[in-house]
Amino acid sequence: MDKPFAITLDVGSSLANKTGTWRTERAVYVDRLPPCNHACPAGENIQQWLYEAEEGGAGYERAWHKLMEDNPFPAIMGRVCYHPCEGACNRGQLDEAVGIHSVERFLGDEAIRNGWRPQVTARPSGKRVLVIGAGPSGLSAAYHLTRLGHEVTIHDAGPMAGGMMRFGIPRYRLPRDVLDAEVRRILDMGVTLELNRKVTNVLESMRDGRFDAVFLAVGAHIGKRAYIPAGEAARIVDAVSLLRSMEGEERPLLGRRVAIYGGGNTAMDAARTAKRLGAAEAVVVYRRTRERMPAHDFEVEEAEEEGVMMKWLSTIKHAEGGKLVLEKMELDESGFPQPTGELEELAADSLVLALGQEADLSLLDGVPGIEVEDGVVQVEPNMMTGHPGIFAGGDMVPAERTVTVGVGHGKKAARHIDAWLRGLALEPEQKHEIATFDKLNTWYYADAPRTEQPLLELTRRRGTFDEVVGGLDDSNALFEARRCLSCGNCFSCDNCYGVCPDNAVLKLGEPGEQYAIDYDYCKGCGLCVAECPSGAIEMVPEAI
Amino acid sequence: MPHQQIKFYQAGSFVAGNRLLPPEERSVQARMDRSNSLTSGHRACQGCGEALGARYALDAAMRATGNQVIAANATGCLEVFSTPFPESSWQLPWIHSLFGNAPAVATGVAAALKVKGRTDVRVVGQGGDGGTVDIGFACLSGMFERNDDVLFICYDNEAYMNTGVQRSGATPPAARTATTKPVGEEPGNVFGQGKSAPLIAMAHEIPYVATATVSELRDLEYKVERAMEFRGARYLHIFVPCPLGWGSASHDTIRIARLAKETGLFPVFEAEDGEVTGVSRIRRPVPVEEYLRPQRRYAHLFGDPPRADVIARIQERADRNIRRFGLLPDPGEGADLPGHATDKADVTT
Repeated sequence: MDKPFAITLDVGSSLANKTGTWRTERAVYVDRLPPCNHACPAGENIQQWLYEAEEGGAGYERAWHKLMEDNPFPAIMGRVCYHPCEGACNRGQLDEAVGIHSVERFLGDEAIRNGWRPQVTARPSGKRVLVIGAGPSGLSAAYHLTRLGHEVTIHDAGPMAGGMMRFGIPRYRLPRDVLDAEVRRILDMGVTLELNRKVTNVLESMRDGRFDAVFLAVGAHIGKRAYIPAGEAARIVDAVSLLRSMEGEERPLLGRRVAIYGGGNTAMDAARTAKRLGAAEAVVVYRRTRERMPAHDFEVEEAEEEGVMMKWLSTIKHAEGGKLVLEKMELDESGFPQPTGELEELAADSLVLALGQEADLSLLDGVPGIEVEDGVVQVEPNMMTGHPGIFAGGDMVPAERTVTVGVGHGKKAARHIDAWLRGLALEPEQKHEIATFDKLNTWYYADAPRTEQPLLELTRRRGTFDEVVGGLDDSNALFEARRCLSCGNCFSCDNCYGVCPDNAVLKLGEPGEQYAIDYDYCKGCGLCVAECPSGAIEMVPEAI
Repeated sequence: MPHQQIKFYQAGSFVAGNRLLPPEERSVQARMDRSNSLTSGHRACQGCGEALGARYALDAAMRATGNQVIAANATGCLEVFSTPFPESSWQLPWIHSLFGNAPAVATGVAAALKVKGRTDVRVVGQGGDGGTVDIGFACLSGMFERNDDVLFICYDNEAYMNTGVQRSGATPPAARTATTKPVGEEPGNVFGQGKSAPLIAMAHEIPYVATATVSELRDLEYKVERAMEFRGARYLHIFVPCPLGWGSASHDTIRIARLAKETGLFPVFEAEDGEVTGVSRIRRPVPVEEYLRPQRRYAHLFGDPPRADVIARIQERADRNIRRFGLLPDPGEGADLPGHATDKADVTT
């Protein structure tokens, strides 16, 4: 006994006492699916690119590359996407949704300004793929197929690439230099684009060009016509033709008073274009009410600001030179408009029909296995039609008709074409559980109101085709990116490391500043889970 | 574009750290080199607020003094769970003597250091609310009135938890303890008894008195750091929920501390030379019911029929604190960032 007075045992650290044995549940780090990612039709990893952008500086380029893994058009998308991500954003329940589209647009514009390029690392596969249609879906497929190592040729019937991005979306929403820059970047990767090349027979084109697979994305470019009895002097055009002719040399002549028939986004585009062409009056005639209008709220608001007038609950009975005869409607119990027999006149020099579009599917005539229903081509979940090797996407397949959906189809089809060319079937990825609002601890997020984008002043909006919505700059884009709650994914806030009463959360340090649970001492109290702002930890029962 | 302030940690201004912050601007608890004064393997219950509060406070004190801290500990949970002979969880010089004499022991250590000329070594005395507010109170008051160079920290979990949840002078009205049963007209602890140790400490006009909770880490660390800037007697009263004694879930420890502050039941403030110099305002006001409901020590208030009258009296206490300390959020300013880090954390571009 060589110990001090009254000491009988060796003194030691409590580290010998493995309190982890008390545990009935263990804390485990998880990645949950952020609702924005879940809602994105293009399958963007929004939370992840915002995470990179939050750093600013060099982080912007990393963010852009992350974004480009899923979507080759950040600058376009940040302008024309209806951003369902923001509708799903958890921050919307806290104050206001993160302005995802405005940060995306900022990144896209930075990339154009700085000449950032996507990386192609895949080795050439030796396979050739034909893409028909140089719209959002076709270009997206071409981009992703090129990144996967395939040789891509695009055939487009039109004189310029872009599809509905050019011939459907007015330039005050999408300036053409932005469109051109992002299309050019795809072509620079080695994609061959053949314009004014209408494909009349898919199988022939495939055979002639020795293509191993084809992706159809011809879009829906034919304006639907409704039968309207019309006098000889009546001037009637469809909205698609009107918007397309805006890209030509000659401005279409619509007259002083223009009526637009329809209630969708195309009707708004047509009405706002008519105003800019000098129409004193542009009146949208729609058979239902504003609440039931398919056009997005902000488009209706912007149109109204610019002086577009709305005529709700009306159908057009008859068109003559200089005037229209309208019939008033009323909604029945099921919300369907019923005629009332009450007529009125509306002075109009021309009538624009914006009643939806149809796809021209004549190139598929006689192709075995192709199934067409309601004017669109049916595809399997892997985007393949009934004919092996022929895939289709965008507006010509059953789906919501937006640029973003088209881009998403292009990506999805590219991945499945790649698998098909390799003789494999792509296994659907296991999706993580969604990081819903109740999984977050929102106490930790500082109040930060959304950054609003500047709008062009009204006088310039009425008379010119200048871009209406402005972009963010370096500082407020950073502010907006940092409003992201990082739902379901660790953003290295150190909270778990801080709040553990047992020091059982280990901080591993750079890079990435990840953490680990020390199960020797984790008693399973759950404090790290409760105090994790982003819901990136969960409790799992211990096996007994 | 309008000028816009960028907060370094937009995604979580109230968290311990953030990858976007330079290390020196993160909390002590976010640092990989924190001293872990109270290390793993201690026998505190799951989710113990006291274990958490002690590590927060002592790590901050260690950092503020360049790791030159000696701690004197009163008897209580903190001593029992950390140092069952021959093991110890303390990673700093630490002495335990009796239940009631921790402030006097701390005074003695400070006196010895003074004699040795070791002014660089600082002394922290610490104990639970029983050892501070009741049993050690005479020693504490003596330490205050002599203005001995000691920071005394009380970890307030509102009862004698170590011996089985008996009422202390810090037990709030209506709370059930082993000695204040939830029976009769006035169930639980009676109204109109008990004391506020921080206000009594202020009455001694010592250099620094502050309160803090385990839910506001940066505020707590700021107060320890601030206390270390003074010489003389200082007092820090930290609110530490006790899952076992309060009958709350172990994962709710921080949430309950947060609710205590947000309801106004536990005012968070600091005072110099007997005058209040700063308060931590309420960020999201909530009625006391939200604080009471998750704790089984108040379960008798939510029986059938519920004791709305008692809850209303507790609400009155909260409202009085809010008036007395000016705890309501300033509508013009928005929420204060904890730990007064606002100035440091803002950058203008």
